[in-house]
Amino acid sequence: MQFGIFTVGDVTPDPTTGQAPTEHERIKAMVAIARKAEEVGLDVFASGEHHNPPFVPSSPTTMLGYIAAQTEKLILSTSTTLITTNDPVKIAEDYAMLQHLAGGRVDLMLGRGNMGPVYPWFGQDIATGIELAIENYHLLHRLWREDVVDWEGKFRTPLQGFTSTPRPLDGVPPFVWHGSIRSPQIAEQAAYYGDGFFANHIFWPTEHFVRLVGYYRQRFAHYGHGAPEQAIVGLGGQVFMRRNSQDAVREFRPFFDNAPVYGHGPSLEEFTSQTPLTVGSPQQVIDKTLTFREHFGDYQRQLFLMDHAGLPLKTVLEQLDLLGEVVPVLRRELDALRPATVPDGPTHEALVAASLAGAGTQRETDELETSTS
Amino acid sequence: MTLRTIAVVSAGLSQPSSTRLLADQLAAATARGLPAGTRIEAIELRELAHDIVNNLLTGFPSPALRRAIEQVTSADGLIAVTPLYSGSYNGLFKSFFDVLDPDALAGKPALIAATGGTARHSLALEHAIRPLFSYLHAVPVPTAVFAATQDWGSAGSSGSALTARIERAGAELAAVIEQRQPAAGADPYASAIPLGQLLRDR
Repeated sequence: MQFGIFTVGDVTPDPTTGQAPTEHERIKAMVAIARKAEEVGLDVFASGEHHNPPFVPSSPTTMLGYIAAQTEKLILSTSTTLITTNDPVKIAEDYAMLQHLAGGRVDLMLGRGNMGPVYPWFGQDIATGIELAIENYHLLHRLWREDVVDWEGKFRTPLQGFTSTPRPLDGVPPFVWHGSIRSPQIAEQAAYYGDGFFANHIFWPTEHFVRLVGYYRQRFAHYGHGAPEQAIVGLGGQVFMRRNSQDAVREFRPFFDNAPVYGHGPSLEEFTSQTPLTVGSPQQVIDKTLTFREHFGDYQRQLFLMDHAGLPLKTVLEQLDLLGEVVPVLRRELDALRPATVPDGPTHEALVAASLAGAGTQRETDELETSTS
Repeated sequence: MTLRTIAVVSAGLSQPSSTRLLADQLAAATARGLPAGTRIEAIELRELAHDIVNNLLTGFPSPALRRAIEQVTSADGLIAVTPLYSGSYNGLFKSFFDVLDPDALAGKPALIAATGGTARHSLALEHAIRPLFSYLHAVPVPTAVFAATQDWGSAGSSGSALTARIERAGAELAAVIEQRQPAAGADPYASAIPLGQLLRDR
């Protein structure tokens, strides 16, 4: 089981002081947060990708490459990489390069992006979002697996005899998650390729996502990648902790009340009862997070949103210290519950081993056919 | 024989409200045109006002609002009644329909009605409210019912213009519902297309 954090990369004023960090301060804070994630024993740091204020991470591989150089074990990921408005050729190149530099500690989560104007800014149309996601990923998938690609599609200029460089490290492409909050079609896409499905259920009620994840698991099995419970599922989470739960509620309330997305809407109490948000003691976070498995089955990756709504860097780092105490408990509990037949979270080493095992099996089959012919 | 369900959405803001009164009379008139046992589910938007605004802000409904949305989308017919504000439906009425999925009411038989101070506003039903339901691909029956304050003076006596109109509209909605198969909720998972087919169709 893998645990980590994901960041939107928003520049939001601290509602208790009115002060907003500069873009430079926010970018440096994201790096500090990623380094802290490794220090407290988390497995994953994922950055969003945005192309409009008040967000800073327009160039995730630049940031993740810099973080890779300053970390040893942390898996660097995205939340999400825009498969609709980015050129799939550039994604293939950028993330393969990052994969080499980071020694394989790279995967990515693909998403469509829901900010309308970003599509025309990059020459696309939001009305074709699903089609773009499907065609672009099909090309990306081939570029990482075929040395020479001939391609003609609806959305991008054709390719003749194209080789995406560098080739993936050890011949194994980065693992891909597909993120969606409402589209069965994206769950279908993840299932078709045997990729992971990430349900970012932090802003929505659980029931909605139970259906979506269940559909992904069922289609994963339909396409022959394994049993439904062997599908690769990631979930979001959002927590704010203090030793004493009343202190957590008191401190977090002004950030909640003014937060982007849900601020000035439901009360903190309504939102915590209806969504995965937990504001309270470390034990409350443990209890709530363990319920995710009851809803979604054994899963492979849990990412927490820790640094939004204008929380100061100092507070976020304190939160990560607390998360570092919570995660070993969750890891122990969830790993113990997960049957041996259900895969652990995806790593480069595991994918390389699986690839070698697959090649071995193929060789044995080939030899068998040769000897019997 | 399957029993039918009618969802009755009322956007009146005062309690008691003449909008709810009109809604109840329309529901009763519709039920008279359907077999005994037809279920009437009344949805008072005033009680859901905060939840509707929260849904606009957060993108998801509270449990209570989700139940109301399910009642509306799974009903065999919809009766939607709003008071007129500034020459149109009130904001609460529009906000409720704004939080539904765009195709949630596609093909849904509907009866639209409104209340207002004077009969001078009655055509707002045709100019503002019917286009909203056309946009949502619902199927509003030809008779829309407007009740001005003055109309209530004789509403109880048989043969009054308002009562006749309520009966006609209810009968129209009942007839449309009778002609149709019982409603089944829309299921996005049932219509998801296999990826192989999408890739081939490109």
